[in-house]
Amino acid sequence: MGHGMTKNPQKKSHPSDGPEQTTSKITRRDLLKAAGAAGAAALIPTSLKGTSSATSPILDGAMRGSAAMPPGAPLMNLTARETEILAAMVDRLIPSDKLGIGALEADALGYIDRTLSELGPDSVESYRTGLAALDRYSEYTRGARFIELSERDQDSALIDVQTGGASGAGVGFVGSSGSFFNMVKSHTWQGTFGDPHYGGNREFVGWDLIDYPGVRMRVTEEDQEQLEAEELEPERRSAYELSMFRTGRPR
Amino acid sequence: MPRQLRSTDVVIVGMGAAGGVAALPLAEAGLDVVGLEAGTWLDQRDFAPDEIRNNYRDWPMLVKKCENERPTSRATSATNANRVGGHPMMNAVGGTAVHYWAQSWRLNPWDFQVVSETARRYGRSKIPANSTVEDWPFGYDELEPYYDRVEREIGVSGQAGNVSGNIDLKGNRFEGPRKRPYPMPPLRWTGFLETMADAAHSLGWHPFPGPAAINSERYDGRAGCAYHGFCSKGGCPVNAKNSPHLTTIPKALDTGNLRIVTQAHVTTLEMDGEGRVTGVNYVVGSEEYFQPAKVVLLACYTYENVRLLLLSKSSAYPDGLSNNHGQVGRHYFSHHQGAAVSALFPFDLKSWYGLPAQGVAIDDWADDNFDHAGHDFIGGGNLWVMSDRRPISAASMSTYGNGRNWGSGWKQFIRENADRSHSSYIQKTTLPYEDNYLDLDPMVTDELGLPVIRITAQFKQNERAIAEFTQNRMEEWYREAGAIEVTRGGLGNSMGISTHAYGGTRMGHDPETNVVNPWGFSHEAPNLGILGASVMGTSGARNPTLTSQALAWRSAAHLIENWEDASG
Repeated sequence: MGHGMTKNPQKKSHPSDGPEQTTSKITRRDLLKAAGAAGAAALIPTSLKGTSSATSPILDGAMRGSAAMPPGAPLMNLTARETEILAAMVDRLIPSDKLGIGALEADALGYIDRTLSELGPDSVESYRTGLAALDRYSEYTRGARFIELSERDQDSALIDVQTGGASGAGVGFVGSSGSFFNMVKSHTWQGTFGDPHYGGNREFVGWDLIDYPGVRMRVTEEDQEQLEAEELEPERRSAYELSMFRTGRPR
Repeated sequence: MPRQLRSTDVVIVGMGAAGGVAALPLAEAGLDVVGLEAGTWLDQRDFAPDEIRNNYRDWPMLVKKCENERPTSRATSATNANRVGGHPMMNAVGGTAVHYWAQSWRLNPWDFQVVSETARRYGRSKIPANSTVEDWPFGYDELEPYYDRVEREIGVSGQAGNVSGNIDLKGNRFEGPRKRPYPMPPLRWTGFLETMADAAHSLGWHPFPGPAAINSERYDGRAGCAYHGFCSKGGCPVNAKNSPHLTTIPKALDTGNLRIVTQAHVTTLEMDGEGRVTGVNYVVGSEEYFQPAKVVLLACYTYENVRLLLLSKSSAYPDGLSNNHGQVGRHYFSHHQGAAVSALFPFDLKSWYGLPAQGVAIDDWADDNFDHAGHDFIGGGNLWVMSDRRPISAASMSTYGNGRNWGSGWKQFIRENADRSHSSYIQKTTLPYEDNYLDLDPMVTDELGLPVIRITAQFKQNERAIAEFTQNRMEEWYREAGAIEVTRGGLGNSMGISTHAYGGTRMGHDPETNVVNPWGFSHEAPNLGILGASVMGTSGARNPTLTSQALAWRSAAHLIENWEDASG
């Protein structure tokens, strides 16, 4: 097999690099105000949703409980106030920027909501406690609620939380503030880069960002050679569009 | 009162990698075999290529008897044991082999003779003073026919390096002589793996493709590997990963002599006054059963083999079954799977479509394959470079010191580097020591109220020295291949819970220091056999599954040949 190791210096153009950038039609403020999966899902223009939610039973199922809710509604498992703090945090973790849209537009919030339903009350409580502590920490150390801080101050507060520096501030973090940060980060990454079946990675924005060539059932030697020659077209589908697979937990 | 079932010839506790293999020769010999399995049957429809399902929610491993009995661990007896982390061992027909990496190695000849070979070459004092290591009761040649048989029965792909003494440098020149090549060629390589092999050659090393219980081509009616990239902790949707539930178990069922009871949670073994085992107690839901048997084969994972013995007390065995010499739980050790080395390359590795068993191995620094005269340790490590990447884990990669791991700066970094990082897997010799052992935890119980295993074990100077030495070799290799950043994990302290756990029911001639005899049967209860890596006395620098399967086949063959004696 050939090496095919030469790095293509110019990455392939990103779907949202072009003039029709998704976020141009939705302001950041709209998304954050909408505060949640419901809002983010509802605000993405129909033309950009492709055919997924309309025709795919899988993605329909994935969005149940979020897309049906009115814009501005909180997540199923959190209050409106908690949801808006979480939305602001997730937006700083993977922001929308010149490289493309971020975790909010990927609907990482919808993913987190569904995951909390799956994991149960203890995890919901961890989110509630952590989000309230983040908000208090912002007020005590930067003089305003987290959602009211500038992006720069939000980032510096989040660095304190990530490194555990906010743990001892008496604002209500249980154990290390870093545990809360890592939990949210891990779920945000799952909701941005995981299979869209679970409600996140909407329009495959996560996979596009890292040039993941996609879910395939069989990758032949020729496919691998094409991949190494930068000639393999990315596949964009959920594993569950391959109808052979059972969803949910095994029996 | 448990419901008394009809007696059977053999009951096997656990239909996993070892028990699922032993069932075949027994059933083919015409013995009535009952296989008790805590899990259920899973099939390819349960194995979606879905990273969230496999790697973040652990759904393939859902039947969680294993999870509820997860051991606690501590470094030494001076500290309290904690229960931390999850554990990928699973209950199912096929056991953890349903989703394992399927690297399918034979041990090297040195692993069977660590004490005598070390004494011969360097003097006895080279062996760490506190180690309880013994030679195996037999050498590599004794196990070779069983390795050969299992490689063919389940299907192993690989490149032979030594067929009857003829060295082939495309394979592992350090392996013991094998009668025949592997039944299938090795899994294919990618461009990056070729690059790593080239770099190893420039260093004067001997790279080769590792062996895998994964079809590299159609075999025995099942498909070849699809290289779809979701093999790690995932079952195979095309049935190319050769778990017993696809290989030996269906053949054993076809004889009509094997019956499998699923969701059977075994609680204890029963003994008579003379010390013979009479059968097995198990629970299905809230129903209790007693399965009488002439012979019991314990074939769980190491922790559960030891736990069931310690939980099964009687007048003949007041400290637990087969524990009248105090050896159950002793000589415990696990592979040092930490102390990793990772590297960042200035080019894409194109490793999205691979699997952990597809890779380049270096055995030059394992076992006694190099002169240890100038080193303060015995043993070594096998360096393994594989092709395995999925999107969430790729996006969660280290930034190698290039700023924080979130935000716009990170986005820029990950867009460039998501496919440029690599983590090696270095399996290293671990010795057994006097003060590393398993016992029952005094505080923590499973959902039935039975104590779980407590691991008291620590990597010692020998293991830490190997870790540092092999990290140096790995960094050399990465740098030779063009890596621009290299990071290392710590050298290790507490062993913790492991997927490569050995000992606790060690095999050997001497009943004073071993639980089972050289055939894998108890020194104390003659109709009790123990299968799995819990009988192994040395770790080697490679995965244990094929060796435990070869040993299981050998124990079964011995039982068949000596049935009249063994069944009493």
